[in-house]
Amino acid sequence: MKEFFEFFSFADANIRYVTLGSVLLASSSAVVGCFTLLRKRALVGDAVAHAVLPGVCLAFILSGTKNPFILLLGAFVTGWLSLILIDYITSRSRIKEDTAIGLVLSVFFGIGILLLTAIQHSGNAAQSGLDKFLFGKAASLVGEDLVVFSAVAILLLVTTIFFYKELKLLCFDEIYAKSIGFPVRSLELLLTTLTVFAVVVGIQAVGVVLMAAMLITPAAAARFWTERLGIMLILAALIGAFSGITGAFVSYTAPAMPTGPWIVLIVSMIAILSFAFAPKRGWIARMMRRRHNKVQILEENLLKLFYQLGEQHEDYFSNRTLDAILTRRNIPKKQALTGLHKLKRQGYIEKHPDGWALTREGEIRGKRVVRLHRLWELYLTQYLQLASDHVHEDAETIEHIITPELEQKLMEELNYPALDPHHTKIP
Amino acid sequence: MNAFWIILTGSLVATCCSLLGCYLILRRMAMVGDAISHAVLPGIVIAFLFTGSRDSIPMIIGAGLLGVITTFLIEFFHRYARVQADASIGITFTWLFAIGIILISVFAGQVDLDQDCVLYGEIAYVPLDLWLTENGLSFGPSTIWTLSFVTILIITFIVLGYKELFLTAFDPGYAAAIGISTTLWYYLLMTAVSLTTVASFESVGAILVVAFLVGPPATAYLLTDNFKQMLVLAVICGIVASVAGYYLAYWLDGSIAGAIATITGIEFGLAFLFSPTHGLLFKNRKAIPV
Repeated sequence: MKEFFEFFSFADANIRYVTLGSVLLASSSAVVGCFTLLRKRALVGDAVAHAVLPGVCLAFILSGTKNPFILLLGAFVTGWLSLILIDYITSRSRIKEDTAIGLVLSVFFGIGILLLTAIQHSGNAAQSGLDKFLFGKAASLVGEDLVVFSAVAILLLVTTIFFYKELKLLCFDEIYAKSIGFPVRSLELLLTTLTVFAVVVGIQAVGVVLMAAMLITPAAAARFWTERLGIMLILAALIGAFSGITGAFVSYTAPAMPTGPWIVLIVSMIAILSFAFAPKRGWIARMMRRRHNKVQILEENLLKLFYQLGEQHEDYFSNRTLDAILTRRNIPKKQALTGLHKLKRQGYIEKHPDGWALTREGEIRGKRVVRLHRLWELYLTQYLQLASDHVHEDAETIEHIITPELEQKLMEELNYPALDPHHTKIP
Repeated sequence: MNAFWIILTGSLVATCCSLLGCYLILRRMAMVGDAISHAVLPGIVIAFLFTGSRDSIPMIIGAGLLGVITTFLIEFFHRYARVQADASIGITFTWLFAIGIILISVFAGQVDLDQDCVLYGEIAYVPLDLWLTENGLSFGPSTIWTLSFVTILIITFIVLGYKELFLTAFDPGYAAAIGISTTLWYYLLMTAVSLTTVASFESVGAILVVAFLVGPPATAYLLTDNFKQMLVLAVICGIVASVAGYYLAYWLDGSIAGAIATITGIEFGLAFLFSPTHGLLFKNRKAIPV
């Protein structure tokens, strides 16, 4: 607890630097990541992250110094080149995008390793620490780094806000964007540049391999909570920032713990929880919706059977045995019984010693399902010219999802018909 | 002799990876290879912790298991949680890799393993780790034995399952119709990829595994339209890269794995430009109306 207050008072300058640095990096790359994710190019971040290494080495060989700005410039150049190459290879050959990404990633990284080891073996004393660039050093951020990070983070955010509308259109409807005269090529280059910026600076904090996570994971998590791009960007930034702070806190309380991997671990947990629990799009929500639909379909099918039996005998409220019901339709007996008991509790049917019978409410609901089924069959034969023996299956599914408004519309459209295509009465 | 052992190691890894890589790139799963090669890290660390040694067998089991879990998670996120395919790959492997690094940090004292060894591997050390019998007889580097075994296994797998692998990659619908389980062969292929990755890991590092999984198959794909030829060409490209890469590294005094990866890139570049059927130069010439 003491550590908690020590950390969150931000009294120590070092804590301030590490936390602020992590937050800035995580949230700005999360925002850029949203666009790459939506353009279905989530893995290019991984390629760029690997491709910066030869740039750093070349910059060192050419300049002979470890000046961070020169190294970053080198990183930026090869990172950018890698994305251009991926695009070029995919557009000019039969090689698919994922292969191009994997190829560029491993070859650039291989060249980088070759150069790095060659430098290390050359006996140049100035090179020591160059490989720190690879694995990140979030725990040792200093004020100077922070200036660079803030500058880049602000640049990324301002550019995103400034070109928000254009980038949005690029993500969702590239062809339309082109047709109304947007400079799509330039916008793509802008997005590429933003991605490379985010990656190059982010590597300093989390290292090469984990940089991909900083782009993809917050964006993917945010996508599960909203349908709106603006909210998605803000959510992704918040998730990134939260993970940044928490990661910094963990490595503060346990100094042996690396900051970068903890940031990624936390952001991944948030993402996985989002996949599972997000309302609407989440896995559990969808599973529950499916189960609910299944139950509803079973109930309505049972009521429909009662109604059809009633039609046959011209008596809707007599007792029917379970076997009599199941002769008309093949429902597993156990399932049917569960459904019947549920319907009884809801008051749609009653149980008598010698069978089950519809109540008034049950008759109304069963009648509606039968009506919808027959209306839809009629609609299909009249408007889509389908043969009358081909429409049953379709109506079986649609009868459960037609709303009362649609029902009204159908009735008007079909001019309040009396008979369905099989010449049975529409109730 | 050292040069021979190193080139042989490279060639064995190249053979396994290039063969499997052909299936991966045709199934548009090139990045799954990359993902597996990073995501097995926690498996390796846990195997170390349990056995306390760098024996190959527990390591291969631990990491192989994690490789399969990785493919399973990627499928799960994609199919059940409806995460888009590329994001699902990216999230899964970075998550597992982060866990791996954290495990290394937690047990730093007990585990003789660091990130460098996992990312680079050091193929130059292969000749040093000899398999010696108790009376001092040497059977050569132990890695060679492990890798030879895996290579034979992979080749047998591909020969025996050729029809099934081919059909599930090219026409899953037809494969399913004639009773071949696409899921089973998907997981078998992924198990093979994990096994290869793990067996090659210690000697050549993740980056060279990825380079071999993608580079030679992509090069071969530009050179032929016949799948059997593609398999053979990919293996040849991989072995040529191992030989050329060794000498490039010798000349530059740099990492052998890095140099081999560089050569796979050069091979691809040459095929991209000069392939008689799909090369950029010849394609442009063909496009000119006569």
